[in-house]
Amino acid sequence: MPIPWRRTAEPNLGPPDLPRLNKPDPPTPQPAAAVQVNGLVKRYDEVEAVRGIQFAVRSGEIFGFLGPNGAGKSTTINMLCTLVRPSAGSAMVAGHDVIGERDEVRRNIGLVFQDTTLDGYMTAEQNLRLHAELYGVPRDGVGERMRQVMEMVGLWERRGSLVNTFSGGMKRRLEIARGLLHSPRVLFLDEPTVGLDPQTRSSIWSYIRELKTREDITIFLTTHYMDEAEYCDRIAIMDQGRIIVLDTPEALKAKVGHDRVQIQTDDDAAAIVALRERFQIEATVAEGAVTFGVPAGEHFVPRLFDEWDPAHPPIRAVSVSRPSLDDVFMSYTGTTIRDAEDSQLDTRRNFARMMSR
Amino acid sequence: MATDTKPAPASGPAAPAAVHQLAHVRVPTRSTRSELRAIKVVWKRELIRFSRDRLRIATSLMQPFLFLFVLGTGLSSLASAGTHGVNLRTFVYPGVLCMAVMFTAMFSAASLVWDREFGFLREMMVAPVRRSSLVLGKCLGGATVASFQGVIVLCLAGLVGVPYDLGLILDVFALQLLLAFAITAFGVMVAARITQMQSFMALMQMAIMPMYFLSGALFPVSGLPRWLAILNRLDPLTYAVDPMRRAVFAHLNISAAARTALDPGVTWWSWHVPGLVEAGVVAVLGLVMLAIAIVQFGRAE
Repeated sequence: MPIPWRRTAEPNLGPPDLPRLNKPDPPTPQPAAAVQVNGLVKRYDEVEAVRGIQFAVRSGEIFGFLGPNGAGKSTTINMLCTLVRPSAGSAMVAGHDVIGERDEVRRNIGLVFQDTTLDGYMTAEQNLRLHAELYGVPRDGVGERMRQVMEMVGLWERRGSLVNTFSGGMKRRLEIARGLLHSPRVLFLDEPTVGLDPQTRSSIWSYIRELKTREDITIFLTTHYMDEAEYCDRIAIMDQGRIIVLDTPEALKAKVGHDRVQIQTDDDAAAIVALRERFQIEATVAEGAVTFGVPAGEHFVPRLFDEWDPAHPPIRAVSVSRPSLDDVFMSYTGTTIRDAEDSQLDTRRNFARMMSR
Repeated sequence: MATDTKPAPASGPAAPAAVHQLAHVRVPTRSTRSELRAIKVVWKRELIRFSRDRLRIATSLMQPFLFLFVLGTGLSSLASAGTHGVNLRTFVYPGVLCMAVMFTAMFSAASLVWDREFGFLREMMVAPVRRSSLVLGKCLGGATVASFQGVIVLCLAGLVGVPYDLGLILDVFALQLLLAFAITAFGVMVAARITQMQSFMALMQMAIMPMYFLSGALFPVSGLPRWLAILNRLDPLTYAVDPMRRAVFAHLNISAAARTALDPGVTWWSWHVPGLVEAGVVAVLGLVMLAIAIVQFGRAE
């Protein structure tokens, strides 16, 4: 939908230059990038939280940043929101430089942080009014816009209630409404569903996806829930301050190319040896079961039982699952772990897996 | 969950399909007007929060009441020899007017520490406005709220033998506003660096209590031992308490002896400092602290 007042003359930043992405650029002209990041680095004393990342977010897409805690997602978002100054590199958000044009960037972005930033001693409406005033939203438009964003998140009826009386999910919804109040062109959501129950999580997601149809907006979010990342148009997987891979969820899963098979036995070590000798499959123990990938799991399982030597430890249970982003993440971070054989990395991977459940 | 792109699917509790036309708003670029709006809304928030917090209004009146009625009454028999017939409550009343304002202003500044702790400060810090507007709004809000508290104590004037006079009320209110602004600026300056509530309160108490006791709120400032006289003249609060006392005593019908004994006025090397200069001292200090607070908040994050 053409919005007359919106500036259309955006700097054409060309096709995004993505690291380790072997996909050729599509020949169709790209819409101008909503976020363009070039070699962004953030150092805190000795620690390099973000180690030179490079990506572009297309206008109008839902872009997800996926990774374990401490991967550098929040630091990246903070740099893009002008809250943290990059140590090196540059970034453009909504066509404005995050270092040189902080105010312009701030005016064009909406923010929903991991922790609530509402004033609990004011009503929902007062919180939104305050936001409108801080952002200088023209007074004649505020009322209508406020009703709209609050209706979208289903809080219009509760506008007169103190925010302190709201549940965690309602607060998060109100923050999303507030983040949208000044019609930002990019909405940043830092872990929008963390700490919420599954039902609330899915309702937040329905609002986020509804947004895409209703507003002329780009959504940039971080999450460490693998299942949520699937709602995104494209995902960047981040680990240890680097972007490991960036693609659509489907393409990422297709790259894994395997179904995940898990079997439970009494002697995992013997079962792993048996799998290697009999089927030439490399298996590992994950989530308490012998886990391995095979191209077509449903065809492999009958063969497995046919050819399983009675001398091997008996199989007590078996499960087959389609590749999830979980597997994508494991397959990308797992290689480095096996190569480096670093126990610290292993802990991180386990932690990331734990968080993804 | 539906994945189609129908506008406004009825997924939310109250997402009406009717709202399709978007009321987009445009945020104009920064201007003096937008800064003024920011100052105003931060100021207004202080007022909203204060009006909500009835308990705070009540508890912060506690201390002035104790000083005025318990200490003032309890010590009056001891002090009667030196007050030339003036009630001790009347004497400490200007000091208590200052006290009411000080503590409220301090709590207003303390809310900044809470704001940081509860994350709300972040909402203000990321807004496309100058940090100085936020700090200024906060200080003005704190000053307004505290003066409001002062007005409640001002209403008690009749109980301590001070007449209700419009000129007096305006004088006192202006002084309270000035003092409250300076104290809030001081608190905000401290809050820019101190991020923990406990440390902030401890630090403020440590600063405010000695300032209050040295200020001459509870004793006349003439004929003091040298060390106390020096400390008294160095205490910024002295220059708020003294004009306040002058304003109150100007409206009292008391003997000349009592006036010299109880309202001697502050002197610098035997120069009698005029009330306007005293108010100027408070104003300048307040502005200096405001400037420091702005610089510190501008640097943060």
